[in-house]
Amino acid sequence: MSVDESSATNADIPFIDPDRVTPIIRDTPEYADVWQRVPYDPDDYGPVSDFATDFDHADPSYNPNAPEVWKALRESGCPVAHSDRYGGMWAPVTHDTVHEIAYDTENFTSRSVIVSVGRPGDLALPAPIGVAPPITSDPPFHGIARRLLLPPFAPKQIEPWEEEVQRLCNKLLDEMGEIVPGETTIDAAVQYAQNIPVNVIGRMLGFPEEDEELFRKFVHDVIERITEEPGTKEGMEDLGQYIEAQIADHRANPRDDLTSYLLDVEIEGNKLDDQVAGGMIILLLIAGIDTTWSAIGSSLWHLAQSPDDVQRMLDDPEVVPFAIEEFLRAYAPVTMARMVAQDVDFHGCPMKQDDWVLLPFPAANRDPKKFEDPDTFIIDREENRHAAFGLGIHRCLGSNLARLELRVAIEEFIKRFPKFELVGETSWSGGQIRGPREMPVRILDVAT
Amino acid sequence: MASTVGEMRVHLDAEKCQGHNRCYALAPEIFDVDDYGQAVLLIEGDVPADLHDKARLAASNCPEYAITITDNG
Repeated sequence: MSVDESSATNADIPFIDPDRVTPIIRDTPEYADVWQRVPYDPDDYGPVSDFATDFDHADPSYNPNAPEVWKALRESGCPVAHSDRYGGMWAPVTHDTVHEIAYDTENFTSRSVIVSVGRPGDLALPAPIGVAPPITSDPPFHGIARRLLLPPFAPKQIEPWEEEVQRLCNKLLDEMGEIVPGETTIDAAVQYAQNIPVNVIGRMLGFPEEDEELFRKFVHDVIERITEEPGTKEGMEDLGQYIEAQIADHRANPRDDLTSYLLDVEIEGNKLDDQVAGGMIILLLIAGIDTTWSAIGSSLWHLAQSPDDVQRMLDDPEVVPFAIEEFLRAYAPVTMARMVAQDVDFHGCPMKQDDWVLLPFPAANRDPKKFEDPDTFIIDREENRHAAFGLGIHRCLGSNLARLELRVAIEEFIKRFPKFELVGETSWSGGQIRGPREMPVRILDVAT
Repeated sequence: MASTVGEMRVHLDAEKCQGHNRCYALAPEIFDVDDYGQAVLLIEGDVPADLHDKARLAASNCPEYAITITDNG
């Protein structure tokens, strides 16, 4: 964090007009000015035929084949792909270009980090705050918001969750019922991976456990329904109302959880505006769920096809931390996005204000200029400066929790099922978070 | 220049550190983390010889290139 950010005070923050009554997140015609339509009609475009000039990360062929797409682009001498979709979008695929954009907060704003047909409009929280701080914030507000959230996610605060995550993983494994080796097929994404992060973050926020299904729906609404008409996405409306209800409930009954913490915390003697606190809560709820579940799912997808790697992890606990980082490198789930703040020439690319720029950290992780033999999973890779959690000031706030959940989820799964294989079709997510959504595996061995 | 076995120093650029926590995980004898998850260097002087490998490992896994090693010759 730079000195500028940590020393900024309220006087530096463009605080929201207290008389404004814009609710936290809305997406109905009545609030059309929260999200502005970009000049792009998905119906005008078919499937992608050339990713260099018509890049679309939401094309159904992209996520299942993304490493091949990045490789082909790099080898054809295209470090930054372009697309007219979404009103104009760029997609760097080399480590150097991803790194440079992630570090350049002057030319690339985080005002909106999910590419969609709607841009934050006049009624949305303005830069440098954005709708879900600090991920949508720019300096100097970014540093202030981030400093509030770093302590609860610091390594030593997260470490004590290990036993809880173990208990949860084993509960999910138990609930799979009787397993007949060689016969029983389970869905490792649906029955296992997707249930882990949703449970943990729900409890950290102090939300009812029975709402887990709802949280997965919110994630889908925010992250995957990116080509739906702004003003009609009722899911966003549901999310906004849910968060408002949780804030009201926590205000009436304060307790020891992250929601109460954010309602109580002060910046220079001022409590957070409801919109800012609500935006932060939305970030915490949405950002940790399908990201971590995707990492768990992709890692199990790899292991289902690599029995030697399973055996190595079981035989040699010292390799486990290296294996986890290699999963994160090779199967990084998260592509972030920026918007171009003002017209800029980026290495010959004429980027226009409000163009989208994808930040595919997973592509950076497979750049041969940075990683030796990048398309090979090397379980004990010694030098591994992967960017799975981003680069620069927006490093994933929940990385310590994500890493813990990933490690424990994999450890417990392979301890219980030391042999398993893919069976049938794995289906992949669409959009900026890459991971298996349905992944049937046949269990070949159960530890007794 | 002939190098003297056993002389190594670790440098941490706190401005570059973004709290990825890789160094603390790989070399907790050399790095701690503060309440915000930012790295803290525990050994300001010469790093003991038995920790040289860990120091190199931490440096070569920092995504932000915040850690550098000086081997004194």
